[in-house]
Amino acid sequence: MRLLELAIETSNETARPILDESSKREVRRAVLTAVAVPGYQVPFGSREMPVARGWGSGGLQITLAVIGDDDTVKVYDQGEDGGVNAANLRRLIRRSEEVETTTDARAATIIQTRHRVPEDELIEDQTLVLQVPVPEPLRGVERDMNELRRMHAEGDYAKMWVSLYEDIVRNGVITQTTGYPCLVNDRYVIATTPIPRWDVPRLHQAKFLSLFGAGREKRIYAIPPHTDVEPLTFTDVAFEVEAIASACRCGLIRPGGERAAYLVELPRQDGTSEWVCSDTDWCARQRVDAGLLDPTTLVETEVEL
Amino acid sequence: MNAPNEWALLVEGLGKVYGPGGAEAVPGTGPDFGRTVSPSTGAIVGCWDIDLEVVPGEALGVIGESGSGKSTVMRCIAGDQTATTGQARLRSVDDGATNLFDMEPSARRALRIDQLAVVYQDPSEGLDLGVSAGGNIADRLTAAGWRNFGQIRARAAELLARTEVPLDRMDDPVGTFSGGMRQRVQLAKALANRPSVLLLDEPTTGLDASVAAGVLDLIRDLLDETGVGAVVVSHDFNVIEMLTRRSVVMHHGRIVEQGLTDQLLEDPQHPYSQRLVGAARG
Repeated sequence: MRLLELAIETSNETARPILDESSKREVRRAVLTAVAVPGYQVPFGSREMPVARGWGSGGLQITLAVIGDDDTVKVYDQGEDGGVNAANLRRLIRRSEEVETTTDARAATIIQTRHRVPEDELIEDQTLVLQVPVPEPLRGVERDMNELRRMHAEGDYAKMWVSLYEDIVRNGVITQTTGYPCLVNDRYVIATTPIPRWDVPRLHQAKFLSLFGAGREKRIYAIPPHTDVEPLTFTDVAFEVEAIASACRCGLIRPGGERAAYLVELPRQDGTSEWVCSDTDWCARQRVDAGLLDPTTLVETEVEL
Repeated sequence: MNAPNEWALLVEGLGKVYGPGGAEAVPGTGPDFGRTVSPSTGAIVGCWDIDLEVVPGEALGVIGESGSGKSTVMRCIAGDQTATTGQARLRSVDDGATNLFDMEPSARRALRIDQLAVVYQDPSEGLDLGVSAGGNIADRLTAAGWRNFGQIRARAAELLARTEVPLDRMDDPVGTFSGGMRQRVQLAKALANRPSVLLLDEPTTGLDASVAAGVLDLIRDLLDETGVGAVVVSHDFNVIEMLTRRSVVMHHGRIVEQGLTDQLLEDPQHPYSQRLVGAARG
């Protein structure tokens, strides 16, 4: 039998849930605790998943645990629905739970993501599931686990402030790009990992529920809707988002020249590069609206083995 | 003597027993028996029946040989160790109504931010050596709620200037500093939030004589200037003589003699004090 045939053979199996019901309940309990205590890192069992730890296993477990029959799931990675890992996770979820999937953030009820919050404004009924590599915001400043627990318990974040102070002294600015530390509900500091700073203000008083899952580190934490999320910032050094003096080919510029979306650099064959919207689905829709793109090309063209 | 309600720090009946038995371990230990190991339980009686009183602006000396229990006393007051029995009160905490030993560990630790500061013999206990001098002070200031970068920096520079740390080294990791300079940074950090009481544990031990003299001068000036109440723990008579007016002598975990430092050094009464002074003065 050839390799391709073997692959097809396997994929033709009937749907079989990845997580059993009691495992889902365990994850749901951790999620409920996380929602009840915003920003607190709740330990959970973290099962073996059919993806390697560090490849979204935490986010996957949350998605599988909170999903219902009428949910529609979007999975994207670095803002891109077509990424290999995102496509595989999406297929995995669809087969396991027999739910609808989409690339349109507005149509999804559960959005599993790595690196981005969708550019579309999410609403109350939507849940954002973030795949988290390092859930502990204080990891860089303290190694002792007992001391870390004490610092969180007592709200003693002086060492975090010192690291921000040192960063400004050494570099003139705070250089932390992804995972910027934020105070949630005026109580716990979390790592907003791994989203860029651009997305951080969008978590503040958001309408949607954010669930952070770290499979390797076995932690779940949450930002419930309408919760304060304040980036740790000195009163005289303003919090800044990424400044990129360029525009995407979708051409969307807000009045006053302000960018409307987070951009990433895309290398081209000739060695140059261009800046494009990181949220590919959102960008495509903007271009359709502007008459720059044929809407028929937007139909999901995922290969179904 | 001072009026009874003038103290900044009051310690009464402080005792610390390492091992089983608590108070039952105490009989048979102390200077009268020449031992700190309890004959009944085998526990070590680190210190027992310690009474101290420090008024604002005063430095009290605690002197004794290695193992006499003076560091145990200091660590119990500071909260680094849990006292077996006794009381410690700070005037700045509930006007002295609260026994520090009854406080929650978290509240106890919070005192270290702005009420009760400690300068250790080993700078690595009081400083983060991987962090800059300014950053070490920022640690205290941010813990006390400072959130303005410019103000934090200005205050750190002010403190480092006062403790004679060259300002061009302000942004260097403390680990790259010499021993004397580390102690100066530790002093600056300890005084950052104007604590009411400062505990100094062998602050110049391990420094060479000329550097130690400079640090001692600085400590004396700072004590005069800030009006902080201080406890100076040392085995070195020169340190005690230079910094304090009143002292207690500790031996086998007990206070064996107390009085004015000058008198104590000139005319020691207790046989152990006489031996100690005799040995130091040759």
